[in-house]
Amino acid sequence: MLLYGLKRLLHVIPVAFGVSIVCFMLIHIAPGDPLAAILPSDASAELQAQMRSFYGLDRPLIVQYGLWIWRALHGDLGVSIATGRSVSGEIAAASVNSIILAIAATLIGFTLGSFLGFLAGVFRGGLVDRLASGISMLGVSVPHYWLGMVLVIVFSVHLGWLPAMGGGPGGSDGRAVGWDYIRYLVLPAITMSVIPMGIIARTIRSLVADILSQDFTQALAAKGLMTRQILRHVIRNAAPTAISVMGLQLGYLLGGSILIETVFSWPGTGFLLNGAIFTRDLPVLQGTILVLAMFFVLVNLIVDVVQGTIDPRIQRS
Amino acid sequence: MMNPMIEIDNLSVTFNRGRKPVQAVNGVSLSVKTGEVVALLGESGSGKSVTMRSLLRLHPKGTTITGRMQVAGHDVTALSARQIADFRGAVASMVFQEPRLALDPVYTLGDQITEAIMRHEKLGRNEAFERALALFEKVRIPSPERRLKTYPHEMSGGMLQRAMIAMALACNPRVLLADEPTTALDATVQIQILLLIRELQAEYGLSVIFVTHDIGVAAEVADRIAVMYAGRIVEEGAVADIIRNPQHPYTQGLLGARVELAGHRDRLVTIPGAPPDLADMPKGCAFAPRCVRVMEACGQAVPPLTGTKGAGQVACLHYA
Repeated sequence: MLLYGLKRLLHVIPVAFGVSIVCFMLIHIAPGDPLAAILPSDASAELQAQMRSFYGLDRPLIVQYGLWIWRALHGDLGVSIATGRSVSGEIAAASVNSIILAIAATLIGFTLGSFLGFLAGVFRGGLVDRLASGISMLGVSVPHYWLGMVLVIVFSVHLGWLPAMGGGPGGSDGRAVGWDYIRYLVLPAITMSVIPMGIIARTIRSLVADILSQDFTQALAAKGLMTRQILRHVIRNAAPTAISVMGLQLGYLLGGSILIETVFSWPGTGFLLNGAIFTRDLPVLQGTILVLAMFFVLVNLIVDVVQGTIDPRIQRS
Repeated sequence: MMNPMIEIDNLSVTFNRGRKPVQAVNGVSLSVKTGEVVALLGESGSGKSVTMRSLLRLHPKGTTITGRMQVAGHDVTALSARQIADFRGAVASMVFQEPRLALDPVYTLGDQITEAIMRHEKLGRNEAFERALALFEKVRIPSPERRLKTYPHEMSGGMLQRAMIAMALACNPRVLLADEPTTALDATVQIQILLLIRELQAEYGLSVIFVTHDIGVAAEVADRIAVMYAGRIVEEGAVADIIRNPQHPYTQGLLGARVELAGHRDRLVTIPGAPPDLADMPKGCAFAPRCVRVMEACGQAVPPLTGTKGAGQVACLHYA
């Protein structure tokens, strides 16, 4: 088991290296001059050149990449062109917020999704199935920024129960456990959870139906097990796939929350990324994308290892 | 005389899924004595497996079962959901065709057997494990202690089928239902499993229904053979009678298709045509459209099973 985990960890290194090259290059292919955002349009050529060499933008790309990756390995992702603050610090603060949101949303989505999917799979073809499948279909189809706005209109504007935006009572500063903070989390987390809920529900529905149609469930009945005991076998068989789908969803949520974070002004990485795109803040962009990609790789690693402990067949392949 | 261990009386099974109801079993009556092995012989779709699974009521929802079934004094059709679950595995248990598919892939073999034991008997985990170990020794699985801790994908088909048999016998059932247990195995392993079943059957005095499409396997393992065609038993009798002196044209056709019984003929005899559609059965004898000895009367009414010169029965107008 430990060996398997270590092996998987070794696989991460080339993947991470490739990811870093891709996200560095993509940004340099994109049009737009990062200095345009901080320099007045009538700045002298001399000043422009000075700034360019200050940020290292005048050197060959390969050198820029080498320097960037060398510093990144030491935890230094440079300084934001727009704000002058350390990129690592900004990303760290934003990541914490995004992780909180992603985990909350995944928990909601996974709990509801597996419940609905399980019911639908067990009672396939019945009313329960149609209802559960309808809900999950809706979850996948509804645009979540639209849902976010509707939730804000209903629960913040009309009912006044929950705040419409922000990361907490003190803005993005400070975090604590308590209803004062959780209130801010509820609407964005629910909005974010509908897509994973739909996907997980649909996956688990077909998974459960497939498992129930296999010979071994009939064999379990033939040795006298009660329906409840048979369903326990079904859950254990479905768990590895369910967990890997959940992990992938978590990975997506960690990076793909620009829309929701912008709608709710949630101070996470999506919000940071959005700002960095508009100001062409290269160091922030590069750093954020790199960190998000690493999140994804890490989540996949964890999912693989967890799967391997539940399903003995996986370690072999 | 003692009551038979299994008594099936006029059993019909209809699947109501799909557009048209499918009558898979159509008035089957069969009795099996204590310690007797009866082979249900027939091709795919003849209703042999369905008949056997009816004894555990292992059909999908929406299946209609009519007729009476008695197994070891239990009226199977009348049992409640709870009672049928208590009955399965403890009174009658089943060995499946594909052991690799019939065992749960994410539980160890030991867990699956102890689970069955603890379901039916008040035993602790350790005692149940001891019993499982003894069973593995009984079915001659080498290094049983280690094998109990392995998962199904780590074992060969033959070993898995041995484990499956061990699991079926875990709660000392009176009746063993075997659904083509050797079909998925290599020829050399097949014979070992057949011998094992025969040996255990004799030792525990089990009544066995053995479903197969292979007349050679049936002859090897059974005391009596019941030949099924399109949901009905068309001939039934002692193994020696059926093999040496088959009465029904269908049985004769089956025997003609066997290489080892073909003698010096150049070609095997085949039965022309295909079995009838179970959703749309012909009015008379179901075999009439393929029969070489068909008469006009064959299309009129289903021939009843009648006694033959020997101890068997046959459903054919030629013998009525």
